[in-house]
Amino acid sequence: MKRASIIMIVGALCLLGLFAFPLWNIMLGAPQYPDPLGMNIHITGIQGVSEFDLQNIDGLNHYIGMKTIPKADEMWEFNVFPIVIIGMVLLGVLLGILGYLGKIDYRYFLGWFLLMSILGIMGMYDFNLWLTDYGSNLDPHAIIKVINEDGTPMTYKPPLFGYKKLLNFDVSSIPATGAWLMFVGMALTVVAFLVGWKSTGSHSSHQNHKLATS
Amino acid sequence: MKKYSLYLVAILGSVLFLSGCGDQNGKASSNGALASNNAEKVYVAPGEHDEFYAFMSGGYSGNVAVYGLPSGRMFKEIPVFSQFPTNGYGYSEETKPMLETSFGFIPADDSHHPDISQTNGELDGRWLFINGNNTPRIARIDLKTFETAEIIEVPNSAGNHSSSYITENSEYVVAGTRFSVPIPQRDMPIKDYKGNFKGALSFISVEPETGSMDIKFQLIMPGFNYDLSHPGRGKSHGWFFFTTYNTEEANSLLEVNASQNDKDFIAAVNWKKIEEYVENGGGTMVPANYTHNVYSDETHSATSTMKKEVLTVDPTKVPGAIFFMPTPKSPHGVDVNPTGDYIVGNGKLSADLTVFSFDKMIAAIDGKKFDGEAYGLPILKFEDVLAGQVKSGGLGPLHTEFDGQGNAYTTFFISSEVVKWKVGTWEVIDRKPTFYSVGHCMIPGGNSRKPFGKYLVSMNKITKDRYLPTGPELEHSAQLYDISGDKMELIYDFPTHGEPHYAAAIPASILAPKSQKIYKLAENEHPFATKNVSDARIVHDGNEVHVYMAMIRSHFTPDNIEGIKVGDKVYFHITNHEQDFDVPHGFMMIGQKNSGLLIMPGQTKTSVWEPKQEGVWPFYCTDFCSALHQEMQGYVRVSPAKSNIDLSWSLGE
Repeated sequence: MKRASIIMIVGALCLLGLFAFPLWNIMLGAPQYPDPLGMNIHITGIQGVSEFDLQNIDGLNHYIGMKTIPKADEMWEFNVFPIVIIGMVLLGVLLGILGYLGKIDYRYFLGWFLLMSILGIMGMYDFNLWLTDYGSNLDPHAIIKVINEDGTPMTYKPPLFGYKKLLNFDVSSIPATGAWLMFVGMALTVVAFLVGWKSTGSHSSHQNHKLATS
Repeated sequence: MKKYSLYLVAILGSVLFLSGCGDQNGKASSNGALASNNAEKVYVAPGEHDEFYAFMSGGYSGNVAVYGLPSGRMFKEIPVFSQFPTNGYGYSEETKPMLETSFGFIPADDSHHPDISQTNGELDGRWLFINGNNTPRIARIDLKTFETAEIIEVPNSAGNHSSSYITENSEYVVAGTRFSVPIPQRDMPIKDYKGNFKGALSFISVEPETGSMDIKFQLIMPGFNYDLSHPGRGKSHGWFFFTTYNTEEANSLLEVNASQNDKDFIAAVNWKKIEEYVENGGGTMVPANYTHNVYSDETHSATSTMKKEVLTVDPTKVPGAIFFMPTPKSPHGVDVNPTGDYIVGNGKLSADLTVFSFDKMIAAIDGKKFDGEAYGLPILKFEDVLAGQVKSGGLGPLHTEFDGQGNAYTTFFISSEVVKWKVGTWEVIDRKPTFYSVGHCMIPGGNSRKPFGKYLVSMNKITKDRYLPTGPELEHSAQLYDISGDKMELIYDFPTHGEPHYAAAIPASILAPKSQKIYKLAENEHPFATKNVSDARIVHDGNEVHVYMAMIRSHFTPDNIEGIKVGDKVYFHITNHEQDFDVPHGFMMIGQKNSGLLIMPGQTKTSVWEPKQEGVWPFYCTDFCSALHQEMQGYVRVSPAKSNIDLSWSLGE
């Protein structure tokens, strides 16, 4: 159980990577942009991959009537997300310590994972809502209006995950370093649960081990 | 057998074809199969980059043109000493000071010999220096931006020809006078030239960090013509060599009168010794009048300062610093090989090249083996310093470059050829014709300690049949030789703009990582910059009107201006808000009398417009910037001089 608790603590601490690395990355490439424009979505705000990418994305987007990319103080998410992450790190570390001291058992680790998963899904849902709004809530005075074959106006929502062609742009949207660290951290909490489960059921696991090696 | 006869026909055919073209080469190396091989050698596929960037002087264009090697494609013309309507250089208020001189505003010159800055004798790609020959000036081009950053005028000089070569750590760039003149200038009979005219060799220090130039000292030399120069390398670092002609000191019909002496001189100058003399308080500060023009990347503006004195050095006061080496016959180029052992004199009226040994020169100086003196300066004995002669059989050697493999390449103007010879044995290895009348040649890094000996470019003075007639004048032809093998191979020729007298080239891989793509708006310190769109405004000051204008794809702020009156002097200070590489905006205004502007991302430029007629007059962006480029425009309403319409401006109302 002590080993499981340490893994739990390490797993929870992996979430701190979100304060150093971007959560998500969206790249926009086109023939006339041999160096693609890109934005890194951090939990504290959106940054350009290169220094002036945001300004240049906004410059392009104004032709189709998209809103400018929000500053950190223009979205509540960038205030709330850091608090949530800090809270989950503290909770995870606390659970780990309590586990280490034998105050709680391994099932709490899985509980933390489930809570984090729910929060993550809510975050993705919120992110998707924002992308949808950003890509379809267009200025009616926009200079360029592209109509789909079915007569509806084209939307410019970047994909939540993966690749999409938007007019002449190749748009990709994938998790970035911070997200990968978060996934690793969350996976570690599951490992902590499994290790804790095995160590408490030591008798049976010992037998299993014997069977496996005999 | 059948096959063989086919070959024969093909060969005969190619010989006929070649003789028809007047090709003096006439060898199998120019037949069809190899020609296609040559095409591959110079072909740079779409999207690929040239290996070298060559900077060719524009001669009477006053500028520098940038070419790719091996493709021969011209990438850019960098305005230096001449006004350049393309981007407003020399027309915009910010750049006009760059062309100020003690003679006033001079918007043209004759740019001759570019040289790239060096560290430890190797090209470092920081700056390019070039001389203005007519109104003596030296310019420094920043290779980060490919813009002229500084121009210093050279007083007491006339025909700034033996320049702008730099020492191996860019300590000095020299500006040697071609014409000797009275120093200081005064009203005197021309026939009294001999003994009274003097030649100034100016040593301009280059600040190691910023590149900032300053005339450290001027050597006031005897009244010869100083033609070209070259710094020592390696062991000869600390010396500078200048060729002279007209040691006869003739003042009329020089083609005859300056060609009487069998030998003229190479002046060997120990600049370290003179530097020491100057630093110990030597030399005489004399009144002078010359400009120092500096362009700032922060204010996007140039300032012109008038300097009032210059330090002159009488060479006879510094014994052991200057010696003359007799050199046949009216030498043009003087070139030092990469190791610094040899000094090659190219006697332009001679058939042979004269090569001096630096070691022998030092030994002769130490042994005080002099052959008389000229104006108090010792003349070394020709035989004592001679390392060897290249018996070429060509005529009129002009200039020599080196490949770093122990070979030298000399251009022969009169016999129109490039001759390859071995340094040390002086034996001719190869020779190839040029088309036609070659001046200088250039190997990338060929005058440094580390040449990139893959290509040689010859800069020809006549083009004749290389291109179709385009009127009486053709652009000069440059020719590219592959020199990677034992024999030179002519693989390409391409037209050059103006008259390239010399060129300098560098691997693109050294330049590209340092290249600046935009100017950061946040770092724009221009006093009339409009860094925030909300700051766009118009300020009236007497009859001067200052328009603070911003531009971004695809509109100006403001785009409607009213309240301008006939007789006003309207300054458009326009800031480009783009922060995207390769997206300049242009500005032209109907009735604008100077030039349009081309404004780089993050930059501010100013153009003056003086309305003479009432009306509503448009302005627009000249650089196709976006799908809505045509819509990037605005209007200025001009009212009668006495009208009382208030100044107003707007956008989107």
